Amino acid sequence: MTNMTLAHPQAGPAQRPRSFWDKLRALPAGLLGAIGTLVFLLIWELIPRSGLVPARYLPPASAVLAEFFTLLGTATLWQAIGETLLGWAIGLAIASVAAIILGMLIGSSGFLRRFTASTIEFLRPIPSVALIPLAVLVFGVKLESKLLLVVYASFWPVLVQVLYGVADVDPVAANTARSYGLTSYIARLRHVVWPTTLPYLVTGLRLSASVALVLAVTAELLIGMPGLGHEIARAQSGGAYSGMYALVLTTGLLGVLINAGFRFIQKRWLSWHSSIRSEADR
Amino acid sequence: MSLIKRTAYFVALPLILVFLWWALTLNSDSFWVPRPAQMVSTFTEVWIGPRFANDVVPSLLRLLVGLATATVLGIGLGFVIGSSRTLRRLTEPVLELFRAIPPPILVPILMLLVGVNDSMKVLVIVSGCIWPILLNTIEGVRSMDEVLGDTARVYGIQGLSRTIMLTLPAASPYFVTGIRQALSIGLILMVISEMFASSSGLGFTIVAFQRSFAVPEMWSGIILLGLIGVLLAAIFAVAEKRILRWYYGLKEVEHSE
Repeated sequence: MTNMTLAHPQAGPAQRPRSFWDKLRALPAGLLGAIGTLVFLLIWELIPRSGLVPARYLPPASAVLAEFFTLLGTATLWQAIGETLLGWAIGLAIASVAAIILGMLIGSSGFLRRFTASTIEFLRPIPSVALIPLAVLVFGVKLESKLLLVVYASFWPVLVQVLYGVADVDPVAANTARSYGLTSYIARLRHVVWPTTLPYLVTGLRLSASVALVLAVTAELLIGMPGLGHEIARAQSGGAYSGMYALVLTTGLLGVLINAGFRFIQKRWLSWHSSIRSEADR
Repeated sequence: MSLIKRTAYFVALPLILVFLWWALTLNSDSFWVPRPAQMVSTFTEVWIGPRFANDVVPSLLRLLVGLATATVLGIGLGFVIGSSRTLRRLTEPVLELFRAIPPPILVPILMLLVGVNDSMKVLVIVSGCIWPILLNTIEGVRSMDEVLGDTARVYGIQGLSRTIMLTLPAASPYFVTGIRQALSIGLILMVISEMFASSSGLGFTIVAFQRSFAVPEMWSGIILLGLIGVLLAAIFAVAEKRILRWYYGLKEVEHSE
């Protein structure tokens, strides 16, 4: 941060006593993150203990964490996580494959792009939860209902990103490929369009992965098929409030893991791409 | 492209789809899929009239209040956290966790803490919408042009005027993106908060139709939600173009170099 170094350019430790803030500033990022987390947990612990919020409705952090670790040892939690992840994975896979194929098809033709633009722009902002009543009526409390919501919600980010990616193909690269005799559609797709689209596609997949988790859990919460969302609803109606908080924490951690996983994939698949390479150089 | 050609492209596929819908339902008495004409009459019957004022307007008002609150909080906190590296590092893991929690599962928690009322519904919307705005603002403040920052300091621009004249415009493309993402999240949460525990509102009405197997009415609700989503996105796109006109102009110049 330039503004801090500029404010006292040569303020060495010998010239004046270092304040608490200065000491904090010198710590490594990971340690600071841990301190921040501890402060957050401490505040969470103190709010119910001080009586600011009834401890029955907001159990202190220690109680929730204890409950969380007890739950980790039970089969119920892992079963719920498995159910949620199953819907998430199948839905995300169907949506991505459909979106990639359609995106490549529509994106490679100017006519198709213009022909479908208005319809895509209309369908995309429709909130997927609007489909909940439809899913319940048609499929009932089954995996298919969950899949309908997950697929609808996670289809659009991938499709839009693939369309952007295909449109972004460098005309010079396309012409070079043609001059070098890369004439077949498949070969051009493989060697010209695919590498340009990949960074966009991975971004779309990452967005879709978190959206898919949200919709999977929401479907379980509102419709009631088994999974983390359903467990949360059960804990709430049963008055097991620290269990409910522990389940919300579990879902959040699952989300963090999914995010981290897709960031890792992004680094692996795009290690050749300038956006990742320049990050490593810095 | 001429205007006629553009209009033709715009309406062609939707018209074909509506025609297909009409043709395929012509001779069917399906319980699930109403006919287009029937749909139009149901839509006007259900939504134009007292229900619009009783269910649609309050829902939209809650959405707007929630979005506005999330925007103010997100940008304000984002400025504070974004301008200090230490604060950024302190808060990063906690913010990552909160962002990863699917907002709908906060509904049961907020029902406990606040009770079932309007402020719970608004809080649900705020709790989901704040994260994209906050994180994008932090990113925007962090990635501000260093030369601009130093120049402002050399000219003695500090405090509030620095925030208004430098940080705010520099971070605006970022938080506008955040608000756009928050828009669709907010709409979803508006519906969910009403599906849960409510006796009025758009989400409640649609679920009530579904429970009484009023299929055409349910479809009309889904269509209305879609229209609201499209309309909000369109309004925001216009506003964004106006607010960030300087930014898009700048990018065009940079690209043409």
